[in-house]
Amino acid sequence: MTTVSQALAPGELTSGRLPAFVLPTTIVGAAVVGYALAVLLAGGNLAVAVIVGYVLFLVVMEIAARVVEGARQASDHRARHLIVGAFALALVPLASVAWEAVSKGAARFDPLFFSVSMRNVIGAGGGALHAIYGTLWVTGFATLISVPIGLMTAIYLAEYGNRGRLAASITFFVDVMTGIPSIVAGLFAYALMTLIVGPGAKFGFSGSVALSVLMIPVVVRSCEELLRLVPNELREASYALGVPKWRTIVRVVIPTAISGIVSGVILAIARVIGETAPLLIAAGFAASINNDPFSGPMTTLPVFVYDQYAHPGIDVQPYWDRAWAGALTLILIVMLLNLAGRLIARRFAPKIGR
Amino acid sequence: MSQQSMIRADAEPASHHHPDPKRVGDRVFSGLATGSGVLILVILALVAAFLLIQGTPALLADPAKLTAQGYGPFAEWVAPYVFGTLWAAALALFLAVPVSIGIALFISHYAPRRLAQPLGYVIDLLAAVPSVVFGLWGAAVLAPAVQPMWAWLNANLGFIPLFGGQASGTGRTILTAAIVLATMVLPIITSLCREVFLQAPKLHEEAALALGATHWEMIKMAVLPFARPGIIAAVMLGLGRALGETMAVAMVLSGGRQISFQLLTSENPNTIAATIAQNFPEAFGLKVNQLIAAGLVLFVITLAVNTIARWIVARRAQYSGAN
Repeated sequence: MTTVSQALAPGELTSGRLPAFVLPTTIVGAAVVGYALAVLLAGGNLAVAVIVGYVLFLVVMEIAARVVEGARQASDHRARHLIVGAFALALVPLASVAWEAVSKGAARFDPLFFSVSMRNVIGAGGGALHAIYGTLWVTGFATLISVPIGLMTAIYLAEYGNRGRLAASITFFVDVMTGIPSIVAGLFAYALMTLIVGPGAKFGFSGSVALSVLMIPVVVRSCEELLRLVPNELREASYALGVPKWRTIVRVVIPTAISGIVSGVILAIARVIGETAPLLIAAGFAASINNDPFSGPMTTLPVFVYDQYAHPGIDVQPYWDRAWAGALTLILIVMLLNLAGRLIARRFAPKIGR
Repeated sequence: MSQQSMIRADAEPASHHHPDPKRVGDRVFSGLATGSGVLILVILALVAAFLLIQGTPALLADPAKLTAQGYGPFAEWVAPYVFGTLWAAALALFLAVPVSIGIALFISHYAPRRLAQPLGYVIDLLAAVPSVVFGLWGAAVLAPAVQPMWAWLNANLGFIPLFGGQASGTGRTILTAAIVLATMVLPIITSLCREVFLQAPKLHEEAALALGATHWEMIKMAVLPFARPGIIAAVMLGLGRALGETMAVAMVLSGGRQISFQLLTSENPNTIAATIAQNFPEAFGLKVNQLIAAGLVLFVITLAVNTIARWIVARRAQYSGAN
């Protein structure tokens, strides 16, 4: 034992830490050098500056840590810097999408955009009123189809299934269903309507059917989770009073979980309201307002954005401006829905585990 | 006790034939609930059935007829798109997986406790952005921004086959599309990984730290081995999403029918989903059937990927009871 402690140089167990000033100094130094190199070599391109600076920072820190602290500590530092870098990297597209949508969408985010359709509009002017009506119709019908089926399935899974084989297979296939590509859902609705109405039928309700395929699994998952959170004591108290099971579910279980169910439905709407591909297939394009979901093509907001971007006129700018304004509207709607869903879930959370 | 209940059962032999009127509601309700569950299975079966019904005319049609009225012989036509779908998804995962695991680790093991949940929300915001917005962003913002970088890579590293060929002048290459796809699958992989990392046994982590491991060594020893099946499942789910994503690719990629591994050229293999979206609005007759058959191919691919992923998750859930 004594030989071991003699073999250690004094302070070997405690020494070897990088002084605190190294990290901020290196960050600033790497940033300055990276920017200088970017100005010299790439005309001041900010992305190049950041990449060069980050790599430089990693290399300098690696060398410094290896010399002062040793290989193990150096790899610990490297992992930490890479992981923080990964998180920062993910914020880039998020910030960029938000910034571009606001700055480019602001040009046409005006009252006209929300008060007229694209009927007889070529070039500048025009708006997305028809697409907003279409979104309300299509998403509304999709919600009307999905919520009863999804909620009843969740009730089956949580209250009746007893984790039997049918319940297990439903759970499994609901999971599989969440992975159906949205365009396949659109093709399904189109094929279904071809058999019922005839080939080439594109109308709003067909789009709702397509969206339902995507929405049902989301509703099932969130509702099932919420129903399982309802304490069993409540059910048992109700049974003890002689209330039949279905009335217990309708009057006790669902009211207890209703905030979560509502927020789950709102989040599911937020998930499908931005879907483009299935509606492109099933609901088609229209330039004017169509308030009959059972006949004629119906445009929704995402399809409007795609259409304006992909099929512009000779002067591209007004079309792209409308596309960005539509994108901004869409982002705002989705964010509001997400916020509402989260707030409702938090505000009126079921009182469990008192 | 059992004798008593037997006697009572004997005493009320007719109870099954004259149910309590209150219990009729029970039967109807449980029937409705079970029916909805079965309906979901039926819908999934119908999705496959209708795609099959509407796709078969193209699958069975004479190649000559398909050349005249459709897009050409089916297998030959769809092969580049299958390649493009797999290649774009593979690139997207190659970009997204390391970043996602990094973010998940940052949220679960590096960020301060108080910040972890808000940071998770921020990443979830990425998942809330509609795909058409990502498509617009990719085509109008990202592609022009990366074009000089791709040109530089092509000029200086063009001897590597991946970066070879004639660099695209618009930046709308498969690498750009893969970046957009990566951004879209990132939140999915991150949120699943984050959950798995948080479930890593605390005692193992503390034991590793107590033995003198650094933070990173603790993660390598206690967290990552525990989380490996979860990471694999998350990657598979991300793959399923990347394979089926339509609008981002349809709007960003200038796709064709080349089978090419080159990342930076303007001649890229298109994906199945994007091909359907781009051609369906103008398609008629046999072309519709052919596009639906392509959708069937996509459906089968994603179904296989998702089933494997779910199977891994389910298998893991059975074992993780011990923790």
